[in-house]
Amino acid sequence: MSISESVIKTDHKRKITGEALYVADYPTAGLLFGRLLRSAKARARLIAVKPPELPSGYFYVDKNDVKGLNRVHIVQDDLPVFAEDTVEFIGDAIGMMVGPDRDTVEELAGKVTVEYEELTPVIRVEDSDTIFVDYHYDKGDAEKAFREADRVIEEVFETGHQEQAYLETQGIIARPEGERIVIHGSMQCPYYVHRAVAQATGYRPEQVRVKYDTTGGAFGGKEDYPSILAAQAAVAAIKAGRPVRVIFDRREDMEFTGKRHPSKCRYKAAIKNGRVTAMDIDVIYNSGAYITLSPVVIQRGIIGASGVYTIDNLKVRGRAVKTNTVPNGAFRGFGGPQTFFAVEMMMGHIAARLGEDALGFKLKHIAKKGDVTSTGGIHHFPVPLPAMIKQVCEACDFKSKREKYNTQTGTKRRGIGISLAYHGAGFTGRGEHELIKAVIRLHKYPDGRVEILTANTDMGQGLDTTFSKIAAGELNISLDRIIVEPADTDRVLDSGPTAASRSIMVVGELVRRGAARLRDEWREGDEQVIEEHFKEPDFVIPFNIKEFKGDAYPTCAWSVCAVEVELDTITGVARVLDACGSYDCGTPIDRRILIGQMEGGFMQAIGYASMEQMAADSSGRIRNNSLSDYIIPTAVDVPGLRCLLHEEAYPAGPFGAKGAGELPAVGGAAAYLEAMEQALGGVPLNHIPFSAENAIDILEKRGNAQ
Amino acid sequence: MKPETVLNADVRFTLNGKAVAWLGSPAAPLLDVLREGFGNTGVKCGCREGECGACAVILDGELVNSCMVAAGRASGAEIVTIEGYKNTPGFEILDRAFAGAGAVQCGFCTPGMILAAACILRNNPHPTTEEVRKGISGNLCRCTGYNAIVTAILAAAGEGEGKW
Repeated sequence: MSISESVIKTDHKRKITGEALYVADYPTAGLLFGRLLRSAKARARLIAVKPPELPSGYFYVDKNDVKGLNRVHIVQDDLPVFAEDTVEFIGDAIGMMVGPDRDTVEELAGKVTVEYEELTPVIRVEDSDTIFVDYHYDKGDAEKAFREADRVIEEVFETGHQEQAYLETQGIIARPEGERIVIHGSMQCPYYVHRAVAQATGYRPEQVRVKYDTTGGAFGGKEDYPSILAAQAAVAAIKAGRPVRVIFDRREDMEFTGKRHPSKCRYKAAIKNGRVTAMDIDVIYNSGAYITLSPVVIQRGIIGASGVYTIDNLKVRGRAVKTNTVPNGAFRGFGGPQTFFAVEMMMGHIAARLGEDALGFKLKHIAKKGDVTSTGGIHHFPVPLPAMIKQVCEACDFKSKREKYNTQTGTKRRGIGISLAYHGAGFTGRGEHELIKAVIRLHKYPDGRVEILTANTDMGQGLDTTFSKIAAGELNISLDRIIVEPADTDRVLDSGPTAASRSIMVVGELVRRGAARLRDEWREGDEQVIEEHFKEPDFVIPFNIKEFKGDAYPTCAWSVCAVEVELDTITGVARVLDACGSYDCGTPIDRRILIGQMEGGFMQAIGYASMEQMAADSSGRIRNNSLSDYIIPTAVDVPGLRCLLHEEAYPAGPFGAKGAGELPAVGGAAAYLEAMEQALGGVPLNHIPFSAENAIDILEKRGNAQ
Repeated sequence: MKPETVLNADVRFTLNGKAVAWLGSPAAPLLDVLREGFGNTGVKCGCREGECGACAVILDGELVNSCMVAAGRASGAEIVTIEGYKNTPGFEILDRAFAGAGAVQCGFCTPGMILAAACILRNNPHPTTEEVRKGISGNLCRCTGYNAIVTAILAAAGEGEGKW
């Protein structure tokens, strides 16, 4: 049987029967409930915080209870576990009320009086005076290319927040056990949580145990946030000497946890003889109030800023700036969707100004195997975009529709757009080699069953099943002899986070190598343990982060997306008639699981471009904090969505697989907006989400002009 | 949940075929009563404001969001949650169909989705694709993009003649 042939997922039964235990499903007897006290001001000095008189068994927890360092370890140590002298956004955690009765906890939390000295908050990126990170890199000689250009085209592109909207909100239980603290809950990265909890509590690493529970979706939203919540819950549990459970309600989750960074990108392109010879790109991401993951998010954003194209001369700058709004974090694509949106629109707009067909113009610039990447690395493997473009164009009759929709009459107007993207597979730069140093074990029991021991989590993407298939495939044993238990830091070594589309390509390859060794060394009836460590593939040109030089990624996953819309020019409402994507993730470890990932991610990309709107008002408060006010696609919104695969083995991945999970979220937005441009009669558009109101504005302006 | 003593009265209903009584406030959300009072944790809380459908249960044959239903409304009603529905022949068909389509990812929307599917098929054993999509449009799923779920329900319809 080929590895790609689909199997029934190993977690199917316990989920479909409702038996799987998510963190909120554990019995609550003996637990204390925790409620965070959050800042009501976007920026202020804390003058005095006075909790009310507390009944016996209730505790108020704040910075004074943090026995370790009052910083949550993420990339840097900047975000306090509990606020110190200032609060930096509406929602900043000042303290936590805990106790045995949930309603009483709520009531007591509401009675804490906080005296603020208000300071003027910075809400808009334009007003920011704090640059958290500022990266620059160059390729070739952009200045010379601009001097010699036939023409220069400049545009600005903007993208908004996007909320992960996992169906299960954030939740953690912290349980003191003797000299130890045990954490379990909804999370992507148990060892991130482990480090953050040890640092906040001052406990030695061996005193901290972290397990993940069945996790109800994450999409990046549970990469860093559980570290924050677990540190807070652990401090509270240690103070109370009792287990503490904190589970967010939907509004708290939507308003106060990290989202996709809003962006503003200025693109300047030099054109010579009908080709783009240089780009000068200035990328600004709104980091929110704290740094958290922003440095790595913007690294990925600027490395991809020239898209799937080989542009010989580049001058790229990327800044993550502070505003007094919710700190932004990881969301599927991790800085990629913003710049890929911008560069795809930019290339389309340049083509329009030159009187060329957008897709044809893009094709002239597409990278190919052997080309130098934006950071002076090499595309070591074939770039299959031309074949994938053909596949998508045929599947949705792209070319004839694109031409046909150029001349339309009537109140309903159609448009079709196409976008190209890649996702650099795995961590940016030398993260795997220098920081993560992944290690996994396989444990063979005397009865011949083999347990896979990694720190990676299955949050719905099917990793328990795909890891099992990799091990079973290499060992040539049946799937039911493979065991995968939820990661528990007492039992597994650190194979790194479940992020960056690295799990299958990097950790899965360690599982495969371990399984191959175990097969060779197999001793019937014995107990055996195999350990495998990460090794950078030989072909990789080591990346230098100071200069942004070298292979930022060992390889890329590629995508082509087409979206067709029908716009009602009376109401401004657009319907998606067709959405067709092709994805190259190497050899699928399970075709059905991979298609499921691509369909879900493509849907998120369409939501990002169209209906998912969230913003802070002038006071810094996010009003779109519920699923009534922040709209995500339902089953009727994109009925025509379909995903195709381009299957081409990646030699350094297990069975030929490479990064997958994030790819579909990177590229779809520009296809939607290009379709909207056409439906609106060819007007250039520069921002997402693009709402019905935005369409009406354009239609009205045009109406007034006529 | 704090019982409101003035309002307190037994709320008697049938839960998954068994007669039960709820002794707390009739104003409590049915969601909390089912999860905390009766341990039916397959009923998920996704938003507590009727938008996501993760807490959907069947009340007298109708799909309802249990977060939006007061316990008192359940008086005399027949309620089915995934804990009961999983023992039916209809579930067996949906289980196979969802497995075959890969329609379960994170699983958080799944119990509500299964009950929504059961209601669609009971009312309309041979739905069109559009009817299925409309029928589950009150149940949000952020993982799948819905195709696999729609495929699964249509496959179940093809197999499940008379089982709903």
